[in-house]
Amino acid sequence: MIRTKMEPFNEKKVFSRPAIGTTILMVGILGLVSSIVLATSVGSAHIDFLTVWKSIFQYNPTREADRIIVDIRLPRELGAAVVGAALAVSGAIMQGMTRNPLADSGLLGLNAGASFSLACVYAFYSNADYIIVMMFSFIGAGIGAGMVFGLGSLTRGGLSPVRITLAGAAVSALLSALGEGMAFYFKLSQDLAFWIAGGVSGANWLQLKMVTPVVVIGIIISIIFSKGLTVLSFGEDMAKGLGQRTLLTKTVLMIVVLILAGSAVSLVGPIAFVGLMVPHIVRSLVGTDYRWIIPCSVVFGSLFMVLADTVARKVNAPFETPIGAIVSLMGLPFFLYLARKKGGRL
Amino acid sequence: MMDLVQLKRVRLTIFIAILLLLAVFVISVATGYISLSPAQLGRTMIGKGSSKEYLVLFDFRLPKIMITILAGMGLAVSGAILQSITRNPLADSGILGINAGAGLMVVLYITFFTVESTSFLYILPLFALIGGILTATVIYLMSYKKGEGIDSTRLVLVGVGMAMAISGVILTLTIRLDKNQYTFIAEWIAGKIWGNDWIFVLALLPWILLLVPIAFLKSHVLNTLYLHESVSIGLGVPVERERIKLLFIAVALASASVSVTGGIAFVGLMSPHIARSLVGPRHQLLLPLAAMLGAILLLVADTIGRAILDPSGIPAGVIVTVIGAPYFMYLMAKRNA
Repeated sequence: MIRTKMEPFNEKKVFSRPAIGTTILMVGILGLVSSIVLATSVGSAHIDFLTVWKSIFQYNPTREADRIIVDIRLPRELGAAVVGAALAVSGAIMQGMTRNPLADSGLLGLNAGASFSLACVYAFYSNADYIIVMMFSFIGAGIGAGMVFGLGSLTRGGLSPVRITLAGAAVSALLSALGEGMAFYFKLSQDLAFWIAGGVSGANWLQLKMVTPVVVIGIIISIIFSKGLTVLSFGEDMAKGLGQRTLLTKTVLMIVVLILAGSAVSLVGPIAFVGLMVPHIVRSLVGTDYRWIIPCSVVFGSLFMVLADTVARKVNAPFETPIGAIVSLMGLPFFLYLARKKGGRL
Repeated sequence: MMDLVQLKRVRLTIFIAILLLLAVFVISVATGYISLSPAQLGRTMIGKGSSKEYLVLFDFRLPKIMITILAGMGLAVSGAILQSITRNPLADSGILGINAGAGLMVVLYITFFTVESTSFLYILPLFALIGGILTATVIYLMSYKKGEGIDSTRLVLVGVGMAMAISGVILTLTIRLDKNQYTFIAEWIAGKIWGNDWIFVLALLPWILLLVPIAFLKSHVLNTLYLHESVSIGLGVPVERERIKLLFIAVALASASVSVTGGIAFVGLMSPHIARSLVGPRHQLLLPLAAMLGAILLLVADTIGRAILDPSGIPAGVIVTVIGAPYFMYLMAKRNA
């Protein structure tokens, strides 16, 4: 389904399945809502669904259950949903734009860049406002991506998927090492550790109020440009031939990717593989039209992260397992499969 | 085979490398919380130093420097072997995920045993080896395809994925540890050379002493494998068997080194490259020079780390990566140009 450069354009290959897409959207949203409710009710203090419902809609700060749900669990689950959507959409956009089946914000250096700049923020300006943290996260993601794509495009051979993946590995190694160096020098290691491992446990309403609008706007813009993205995914020459303003589309989409990945990292730390897996699964269900892939990725990504976070809380209760580790473990077989299946002709 | 001028150049190169290693050694001894000048070093070496100088040199500096040198050699030779048997100039035990696999076992060891200099420490390299071999096996099988053999690009790709996922697992395990264990593992991952006792030297030494000479004796096999598979078969080398043997040696060297030094990448990438550009691709010359360069690189990195932040030091792995990752990028940019 993923188009390689050499394949000639073939009208029949642009396919979408609107019926399945609609079903997925409907079922996905239902599933998302119910899994958020489910996730909110399970935990070290078990609270039944009715109480969850009451707590949300008739919030009473004097009741303990209400406070657990509204102040601790709900922001956490919503945070997971927002992050999942952001990562999945940024992955989908990158895979479409670079025609690289292995594209993912973790593999392409965006997460490492954002973490590095956050290490800088914590080192020099430890009590920064969350909005500043977020801005730095965007800038860092931009630096990471800039380095990877700059490096990938230094040669005439162009940006082959393998070259970009390798460049991503090198850039990630460099930026993580610099971040680690800062952490050791300023003795921040312990504070950064859990965040680096990836956890949504720290999400609070304040952060959510800032991140959610940004992510929602990013997703809306990417849906607006999704038709252009579909055309771009056939190759740049083809897109130009079809009268597409490729530069505009690419610039806007790249900025959206940076903002989405940066917001996600600023909230939960660098989580890889979500942006890799979700778009592939979605693509295999709804086809190659990004007008369907992006909305479905939003729903699937959110659902995936909420479930992964619930697993992370339950698997070793009462200890928290970092969600990043759970996702990595699930993502590895997927990555290996892709590398094996497509690796030969990347 | 080699004319006189070339031979002279090679001799000069190796001579300079030895001098450089000595110089770095002297600087490294002099760097640290208590400084030992070259004069003091000389005095202490011939047995005329004060008891304080003895203590600093023989109990603190020397064991750590020995470990750094041995591990640098091990990683460099391992990298040289990996690059030749995969014919991929970007291969390195860190990039391929072997270090991460070894690291996972080290973390498990730390979780169940204590981090003290007991006789248990001799088992640590073995533990690391098991992890390294398991990871290498998975990577090998995943990048092997019937009829196509090992595709070197796929190999690196699979390795990168493995390294990322295993690091995730290591982080999971560390979160539950107490603070001391956590600090230890965080530093281990960052590549801090933590062995600082003669017992670590003894744990590492047999591996290096045994495996580096074996690799050296296999130079001619490496030479043919480096050319092309069909050439090797034509020359009567049982390719697959030899390759697996050499892969085992490379993994063992990397795992043993990593078990006492922490996750250090890029030494195994850079040293063989620099060596190859100096003396050419013949492994009889390449391997010894790469080993020396690996020792120099790691010792320089460790010394810089100690000079920047004393006494705990910036982990050598961090410094090596800051130097090595740009070099990797340079190689990438150059390769397809």
